[in-house]
Amino acid sequence: EDEEEKVGEEKPEVLSPEELEKLKEEVDERKKLISTLRGKPWPMRKKLLTLRESHEFVEKYEGALGKGKSRKLYAYKVMMLKALMGRPYGSMPRKTVPRADEANAMDFAVLWDFGVITNYLFGYAQYSVLFYGYYNSQRAIGWLKFRMPLSYFLVGVGTVAYSYMVVIRTMARNANEDGGGDNNSFNFSWKMFTSWDYLIGNPETADNKFASITTSFKEAILEEQESRKDDNIHLTRFLRVLANFLVLCCLAGSGYLIYFVVRRSQKFALEGLESHSWWERNEVNMVMSLLGMFCPMLFDVISALENYHPRIALQWQLGRIFALFLGNLYTFIIALMDEINLKREEEEVLKLNMTIWEASLYNGTLGANSTAPPITVHPADIPRGPCWETMVGQEFVRLIVSDTMTTYITLLIGDFLRAVLVRFLNYCWCWDLEAGFPSYSEFDVSGNVLGLIFNQGMIWMGAFYAPCLPALNVLRLHVSMYLQCWAVMCCNVPQERVFKASGSNNFYMAMLLVILFLSTLPAIYTIVTIPPSFDCGPFSGKSRMFDVIQETLESDFPAWFGKVFSYASNPGLVLPFLLLMVLAIYYLQSTSKSYKQANLELKKKLQTVSRTINKVLTLIQYLLYSLCGTCTDIVCPPESTPCVVLALT
Amino acid sequence: MLHDCTFFTRKEILQLHGRFHELAPHLVPLDYTNQPDIRLPLALIVSMPELKENPFRNRIVEVFSEDGQGNLSFNDFVDMFSALCETAPRELKTIYAFKIYDFNVDNFLCKEDLEKTLNRLTKGELTPEEVNLVCTKAMEEADLDGDSKLSFSDFENMISKAPDFLSTFHLRI
Repeated sequence: EDEEEKVGEEKPEVLSPEELEKLKEEVDERKKLISTLRGKPWPMRKKLLTLRESHEFVEKYEGALGKGKSRKLYAYKVMMLKALMGRPYGSMPRKTVPRADEANAMDFAVLWDFGVITNYLFGYAQYSVLFYGYYNSQRAIGWLKFRMPLSYFLVGVGTVAYSYMVVIRTMARNANEDGGGDNNSFNFSWKMFTSWDYLIGNPETADNKFASITTSFKEAILEEQESRKDDNIHLTRFLRVLANFLVLCCLAGSGYLIYFVVRRSQKFALEGLESHSWWERNEVNMVMSLLGMFCPMLFDVISALENYHPRIALQWQLGRIFALFLGNLYTFIIALMDEINLKREEEEVLKLNMTIWEASLYNGTLGANSTAPPITVHPADIPRGPCWETMVGQEFVRLIVSDTMTTYITLLIGDFLRAVLVRFLNYCWCWDLEAGFPSYSEFDVSGNVLGLIFNQGMIWMGAFYAPCLPALNVLRLHVSMYLQCWAVMCCNVPQERVFKASGSNNFYMAMLLVILFLSTLPAIYTIVTIPPSFDCGPFSGKSRMFDVIQETLESDFPAWFGKVFSYASNPGLVLPFLLLMVLAIYYLQSTSKSYKQANLELKKKLQTVSRTINKVLTLIQYLLYSLCGTCTDIVCPPESTPCVVLALT
Repeated sequence: MLHDCTFFTRKEILQLHGRFHELAPHLVPLDYTNQPDIRLPLALIVSMPELKENPFRNRIVEVFSEDGQGNLSFNDFVDMFSALCETAPRELKTIYAFKIYDFNVDNFLCKEDLEKTLNRLTKGELTPEEVNLVCTKAMEEADLDGDSKLSFSDFENMISKAPDFLSTFHLRI
């Protein structure tokens, strides 16, 4: 009231610049309040009231701010002073920036594969763009001078490099989201407060969810109880060693079986494929697929001996299946190497024969050093060399097709047929088929993920020799997705165990990385050591495939560039550089370890400090209370410590 | 004006009004220009399909009601769905989650609150010893200041690191 009177007595004057500034600030504040109102945890009534008042304020003063030098403003000045003195909602509204939702999806961003291929491919398509053999070795094509061999090489190398980058970046991102290894520290709390999905509206889904939450709690309780108990260490260790020994025997056995079958198929190939039955022709692939189906079940049975914690047991199981597939794949590749050597010998023989054939074309009419007009021969008549690269591509394609077929057939028989039998035979069977043996099959998440990873590995291996393989695999993956979606909805029940192999899916990404490395090794080996075919593919005629780089450097770049490159690729420079990188990795790893340690220490300190503060505050409360027991207006009930702090200040 | 206080557009608010009206067509007027003070009781609200199966439906409605008994006016109804919608920020959701799980409304999550939460989640399938173990462990994990109850800051610290919170604590209408 004083302010009002004082101002009223003065002459009506314009607002000074500072007052204008303050008014403007106030208006901006109100506007910000309006925009952040929806994020405030207030009851709706309070929000609406605030909104109305702020709107009125803003409307009144925004117009006024524009004019600046009006006589009427003194009245506004009074109201402004009032507003500044008594802001009803406290201090500056805090920013509530909506944080972007953290998607919790599995990062399988590397799935860029495709396709289903039929037997047509082994006929006409052999000479089509799908395979290596189609590509011409002409250095520059068309008026754009497109360097085709160079681009083929660079694309091959580039895709591998890009894959590495994506996988490692995803792993790093997953590791960061982990919170630095924090994911075990709030297990029970998170299960309690974040496991119910508020979107559930269907009673059946709700029942399933209740059951799965109960199971998950029971597992966590079991885990907690197990970590507190001590077992007979020696027996457990012996059993574990025994189990590993059995597993190794299995792996060795399967490796030998594949080797044996591959040798046999080579023998068949020499005798001519037509004289054998379908089984004998496709023996290798069928054996590999069958092993892939039955060995994991065997591993599961053996792992019952080991008595591990379920998550550890799952990781061991996945590791063993991984080793199985890897062993099989590498046996396959070694067999392929044998075939490549065979084809190269054939090529030598053919080259020899070709010179003889050419000579025969001229019918001995030439002297040793004379030239003659070239005789035109239809391209189809020229004998073609056995293109080993195309053969490699075809083998991979065949492998992938049989793998796909096995998956689909297992799905249809193992899941669908089984579900049909269980459902319909249940009416006339002595025991309950649905609850007891066979019952519906479970949807095995980890097994399916592993299958995807291996499919990807095979694509990486074969992509250099069958360039359209990735494109076709996309098609295959689409079909697989729809088929498996249907199968899951129709014939599967959820898994009983709710353990994940790792908290952040980095376990699978690590597997993917290993597979990437191991898959690209054979391709790199063949590029570096085996000379390309003489008459097919973009590198034909060269002594090594990577000569294309050398060629490009010599002819397309200025001379000094070539010199720089040759200096840079000198082993004397490369080796120290590699050493430096190894040292850098070691250094970074040790600093990260020390940071993690420091992090844990700080956390512990934080807990201790906050406990101490709480104790001190409680003590002060009681002191104050005992000192002025009647002064109830400065001491609030013991719960609200902020009141005590206010009293202290 | 409502759309400034919520995360909904005008159209969505009209849709919400339609749903509110459906719950009690004879009570809820179609015309809200006079701002009638109509409140629907808890029993009607929790019969909505979005809330019907939720074990915490009663608590959710009580938190957003002005009288704390679960009688929602249309403003409160909109507020409820807005705070739990996809675009609501994490901080807001954390505040309301804390209120929802605080069964005895004392601004702390004490052991009884945790036990009630757990029993609703598992529909009483766990034995009392198991319930006790889980609640003790959860309290140990989240209680930073050692007073054997979770204050809002303890709860917030724990929830901020939870990867599933935003995706599960969300209602769609």
